[in-house]
Amino acid sequence: MFYIYCPYCGEHREEEEFHAKGQAHLARPKDPDACSDEEWGNFLYFRPNPRGLYHELWVHAIGCRKFFNIARDTQTYEILETYRIGESPKLSQSTDQQQS
Amino acid sequence: MQKYSGFGLLKHALTYHENWQRVWRNPKPKRKYDVIIVGGGGHGLATAYYLAKEHGITNVAVVEKGYLGGGNTARNTTIVRSNYLWDEAALLYEHAMKLWEGLSQDLNYNLMFSQRGVLNLGHTLQDMRDIQRRVNANRLNGIDSVALDTQGVQEIVPIMDCSANRRYPVLGASWQPRAGVARHDAVAWGFARAADAMGVDLIQQCEVTDIITEDGAAVGVETKQHGVLRGDRIGCVVAGNSGVLAKMAGFELPVESHPLQALVSEPIRPILDTVVMSNHVHGYISQSDKGDLVIGAGIDGYNGYGQRGSYPTIEHTLQAIVEMFPIFSRVRMNRQWGGIVDTCPDACPIISDTPVDNLFFNCGWGTGGFKATPGSGHVFAATLAKGKAHELAKPFSMFRFHNGALIDEHGAAGVAH
Amino acid sequence: MTQSNRLPRGGRIDRSRPLTFKFNGQTYQGFAGDSLASALLANGVDVIGRSFKYSRPRGIIAAGAEEPNAVFQLGATEATQTPNVRATQQELFDGLVSQPTSGWPNLNFDFMGLMGTILGRMLPPGFYYKTFMFPQAAWDTYEKYIRKAAGLGRSPREPDVDIYDHLNQHTDVLIVGAGPAGLAAALSAARSGARVILADEQAEMGGSLLDGGYTLDGQPAAEWLKATLDELARYDNVLLLPRSTVNGYHDHNFLTIHERRTDHIGDRAPANHSRQRLHRVRAKWVVLATGAHERPLVYGNNDLPGCMLASAVSTYINRYAVVPGNRLVLMTTNDNAYRTAFDWQDAGREVVAIVDTRQGAAGAWQEEARRRGIKVLTGHAVIEARGRKRVQGAVVSGLSPDGSQALGSDQVLVCDTLATSGGWSPAVHLSCHTGSRPIWDDEVIGFVPGKTVQKQLAAGAVAGRFGLNECLEEGASLGALAATNAGFTAEPAAVPTAECRPETRPMALFCVPHHKRNSRAPKQFVDFQTDVTAAAIELATREGFESIEHVKRYTAMGFGTDQGKLGNINGMAIAAKSLNQTISETGTTIFRPNYTPVTFGAIAGRHCNDLFDPMRYTAMHEWHVKHGAKFEDVGQWKRPWYYPKPGETMQQALNRECLATRDSVGILDASTLGKIDIQGKDAREFLGRVYTNAWAKLPVGKCRYGLMCREDGMVFDDGVTSCLGENHFLMTTTTGGAAGVLEWLELYHQTEWPELEVYMNTVTDHWATMTIAGPNARKLLSELTDDIDLDRDTFKFMDWRQGTVAGVPARVFRISFTGELSYEINVQAHYGLHVWEKLFEHGAKYDLTPYGTETMHILRAEKGFIIAGQDTDGSVHPYDLGMSWAVKEDKPFSFIGKRGMKREDCVRTDRKQLVGLKTLDPGIVLPEGAQAVDDPNQPKPMKMLGHITSSYYSANLERSIAMGLIRNGHNREGDIVYYPLENGRVVEAEICGTIFLDPKGERQNV
Repeated sequence: MFYIYCPYCGEHREEEEFHAKGQAHLARPKDPDACSDEEWGNFLYFRPNPRGLYHELWVHAIGCRKFFNIARDTQTYEILETYRIGESPKLSQSTDQQQS
Repeated sequence: MQKYSGFGLLKHALTYHENWQRVWRNPKPKRKYDVIIVGGGGHGLATAYYLAKEHGITNVAVVEKGYLGGGNTARNTTIVRSNYLWDEAALLYEHAMKLWEGLSQDLNYNLMFSQRGVLNLGHTLQDMRDIQRRVNANRLNGIDSVALDTQGVQEIVPIMDCSANRRYPVLGASWQPRAGVARHDAVAWGFARAADAMGVDLIQQCEVTDIITEDGAAVGVETKQHGVLRGDRIGCVVAGNSGVLAKMAGFELPVESHPLQALVSEPIRPILDTVVMSNHVHGYISQSDKGDLVIGAGIDGYNGYGQRGSYPTIEHTLQAIVEMFPIFSRVRMNRQWGGIVDTCPDACPIISDTPVDNLFFNCGWGTGGFKATPGSGHVFAATLAKGKAHELAKPFSMFRFHNGALIDEHGAAGVAH
Repeated sequence: MTQSNRLPRGGRIDRSRPLTFKFNGQTYQGFAGDSLASALLANGVDVIGRSFKYSRPRGIIAAGAEEPNAVFQLGATEATQTPNVRATQQELFDGLVSQPTSGWPNLNFDFMGLMGTILGRMLPPGFYYKTFMFPQAAWDTYEKYIRKAAGLGRSPREPDVDIYDHLNQHTDVLIVGAGPAGLAAALSAARSGARVILADEQAEMGGSLLDGGYTLDGQPAAEWLKATLDELARYDNVLLLPRSTVNGYHDHNFLTIHERRTDHIGDRAPANHSRQRLHRVRAKWVVLATGAHERPLVYGNNDLPGCMLASAVSTYINRYAVVPGNRLVLMTTNDNAYRTAFDWQDAGREVVAIVDTRQGAAGAWQEEARRRGIKVLTGHAVIEARGRKRVQGAVVSGLSPDGSQALGSDQVLVCDTLATSGGWSPAVHLSCHTGSRPIWDDEVIGFVPGKTVQKQLAAGAVAGRFGLNECLEEGASLGALAATNAGFTAEPAAVPTAECRPETRPMALFCVPHHKRNSRAPKQFVDFQTDVTAAAIELATREGFESIEHVKRYTAMGFGTDQGKLGNINGMAIAAKSLNQTISETGTTIFRPNYTPVTFGAIAGRHCNDLFDPMRYTAMHEWHVKHGAKFEDVGQWKRPWYYPKPGETMQQALNRECLATRDSVGILDASTLGKIDIQGKDAREFLGRVYTNAWAKLPVGKCRYGLMCREDGMVFDDGVTSCLGENHFLMTTTTGGAAGVLEWLELYHQTEWPELEVYMNTVTDHWATMTIAGPNARKLLSELTDDIDLDRDTFKFMDWRQGTVAGVPARVFRISFTGELSYEINVQAHYGLHVWEKLFEHGAKYDLTPYGTETMHILRAEKGFIIAGQDTDGSVHPYDLGMSWAVKEDKPFSFIGKRGMKREDCVRTDRKQLVGLKTLDPGIVLPEGAQAVDDPNQPKPMKMLGHITSSYYSANLERSIAMGLIRNGHNREGDIVYYPLENGRVVEAEICGTIFLDPKGERQNV
């Protein structure tokens, strides 16, 4: 069970208080109507699903109800950083290949 | 291939079992194959078997980074059923079911496919509507599936607490008598042995590090242990690693990898003859021939490649089991484990061509892969042999996630696994 | 029966408290402080079970968690039956009742045992894969017999009478194991002020120090042990947990501890006590001091009762004052096990010989043996035990220096006990639970913990340091390090020094070679519980099962309830040898939780029965109960389903409720609908983005129905949202969807549109909601309010008003899910019952009738209103539902779902669409879920058109009505479709519009 630092509450809390909400930094297209089916499908469904560094969205569902981001290793399950919506991660996607 | 039988067993007993043949070779890889299958799990091995058997294509390599059947084939809860809601899924899984029936004889390997029936319980009025809907669809699709009321469930599983005073009383169930369980490891070994006997090269401890493409077409794989292996067609069947392989080929899949946990009790005397599944209280259970209660539930919510999940999932699962079977409260859990399941947004698999020519993917089975093993291998073999999707595989193209023709199994029937 | 093997003095048992217990129908005596195993051995009970596959007699081998054979059924009553209790870990209590879990018809002679010797040769590993295939249909029969052999103990047939609980713990340092290393670690950490939990699986803390013989600083070890435990007990920052097994090590230093609180007292926990407790621990740092398990040596017939682990023999002698035999042969690969021979001799029994597998072993231990007059045979090994139900002799042969061959001629040593030691395997289990792989260490001759990402230290034997002084020192220093890492100032505690004889190098030997090949030698057991032999492992590798995982799975090695604690390393070594690999290359299988089995009930905790899932009640719940309501579970809510009067069938009740509502007035408890309060200057804009229809111009005081879709364009929730103020709205959702909708709204607000100023909160529980519907609704309400103008032209349909109802503040919404004149009265929840009762007081003259969810469903279906989740399933969009009126395409913002419903597959004209259906026979109510076809006589698989989503008998229309999805249904009005039912009947129905009653909507506008 993960021990998650909520960047809004400023505390570590148990995973049971949170919900995982999938990949982080997925911006909704500015003009959906201009998207092709392929572009819209890519936005909705297609994911890099990396093994290793992964930036994901969580919500402190039974807590402050804030959404925030976690950088986590999907192999070791280490949480490397958590940060608020709108902030940038210190670890970037370009280092995703650290493990295979 | 050395034929297995009771008589053979007796014969070998007289020579102290010293003369059994190897079940499969450890071949030196050739440089060039007609078909390379990446992934030596149940689905990959079944694909190889049917390529050789049905299509006469035997210049085939199955490349496996670990040991045969060591991924989800080794980690599932062995349930086989075909009572899926949507026609596309139901026909695919029923195709598999028909292959299961007689597969032990076909492979000359006892897979212990045991048609002890599966119950999917309903606990709410909406559950019961969904059950009726699914049972009716199954019936018209030619799948044995009936709806039971509480009394009917109680008769099949007398030890379950079907009384009205549970938190979520059992209102009824769907019941598929032909469904059941099989010995999971044996499925991989049976297909492997039979494929090997027809000339398929099973190459274990061989990890694919790249998919080689020329002019937008796949022509081979680069491996860590054996360098480049060339192939005319390449099929990836790597549950738990599909995203990683797709990335090598330069595209993404509508797939996310999640931990799926399961657990077993200590072995106890036989007490539960059927498979009981409940989506509402969220747990399912059967008893193996060894006596273990084999128990599982849903996936963990986060992405993970760790073959383990979070403890609360185990807690909730056992709460569900004790809710359904208060008599099991004093039974003890022996062991838990996890697999990595590749889940699609519509809870249906992908059996598909890809943006890269000659490269095909069979993935995204989520929690439902084991039961489809022979069917999946059968249609994927046809797809690889012909270079275009088998009729039953057509609806499962990865491109349905562009045009919107999803087959939403969890949205509709709400039945996991 | 006398305790023939009990020593007259010594041990840690309490001879003043004799206890009576039963095993296999016989009554025995033991003492407080005994384990069930030690009590049986004291009574000279040799055969305690039969092996699972070959049905061979089995005895007790070990003294702890690694025991594979002494696995019993416990329990004096049906409800307290407990399967598979390990006798070595069960404390004796007065009145304990136990049964062996194998051996039919009895332990001493059994039919299967006879069959076993004959058939045994027919049962190599994996035999079942190779047979039972013909004929195909016979497998069911074969399997019946295979299943008869399954299992050890049995499940109770009655529900558990005990309760279990959980405790969440946060600690700075968790120390696992209270042996010398763990105790020293605890001292260091505790003195720093850090919060410390020290957990040990045994009743008494002390680990190997309890097994006697050691002196620390010249004093018996027990004295230091007592002083240490006394000191630890004094600290408020220390929690000592005996009888508590750390079973699982999960991510981010989360560990579970299974504490057995009452199993040592009796079958059943005392009233109001939990039987067992699960501690869920989040530890800043963990010190693993889990010790090591001794490895037995593998040799012929090594499963005969009387074959035991050397250290276990010492434990029984020193701790329990039980000598489990008279004449001992000890076989060892190391010096340390000589201790067992000395203990045996000190207990006054005969040591026949020490058989040391090492050539020319010489040192302090051998010197001591000579001094004691004990014969030592070096460079020899026991290749085979002889005997029937107990060891009677040991066949000893010379051994080649590398341990690969038995040499020379044999001698038979007469003995009744054969103790062996193949060295020690560190108990690395917990260190591996989070994915770390252990590392083989040739010096240790065992696996030690590997690299980990957990905040974990390993001290003492688990790290391969077996000497007592090393354990104490490392424990003290790592305890201090753990506390320091957790932010405390800590120093290693001073630890005493043990007097130890120096040890010479042990030999890496696992399976003792026989003169015959292993395939022909007497059975050499590796895993006793699963009956896996050395020959079986070799056969597996010969057949091509070369991965250690394949070996495990093919032979079933390690699948027992001891999970291979005793045998796995030996098995890996045998596999490695057979494959011509090093053990390091062969590797281990994966260690998974649990370390030892954990009761389901303990894992479930208090979350069972009524507490399985919280129940949510409305403010009027007690009234519903009192008035005979039947309830429906919707989400966690208990909702009144219908209110039968005495003697009424369900249909009669529904008919009455429906007619009463349409003819006069009915009332529904609608409190469970989700309610979300939305405020902020951009609230209106926000609503426009998340609903499919328009919200820009909804004036204050007005309500509007809206549909919500996901990005894929599929409907997932709906409800009415009311404008409370220019920047203030109240949204309602479905009962089951409320929490999901709020989270979804927050997701979009926080991640996509943080620039919008909007605030949302759930107010579902704040309000009690009651809907009065029917032609007399206005009259009734007018009697209870004097400050709301109910005039039909001022308080119109889809308006809401604030005022007073029954003397309390209320919001009244004139909205309708029934198509009737209808008011939804919202009052603060704690006024709910009061207002409800006032309505009934005044409603009697209108025959005010309570109705439940079922009547609500019928009334809304008469009007063709959908229920999200029943008429939709995540695969239908608003156009499929015929609800284009609820989609405003030209909103400036591309609302959620808009793009999704325009995808290629979503704009097909032959999609499944929601229609009304009238059976040609008006008396037949189609079952919900029935599937439509055009041709009921076509072969299967049939081409299905869609299913019935809602179907009822309408008392108002005096006929059945239904809604359902039909492929291309919107263009097929008037067509007949067929529903082939399960009972063989085919029901014909005509496709029609979805509005069955009052198509112009006049009733709600009166």
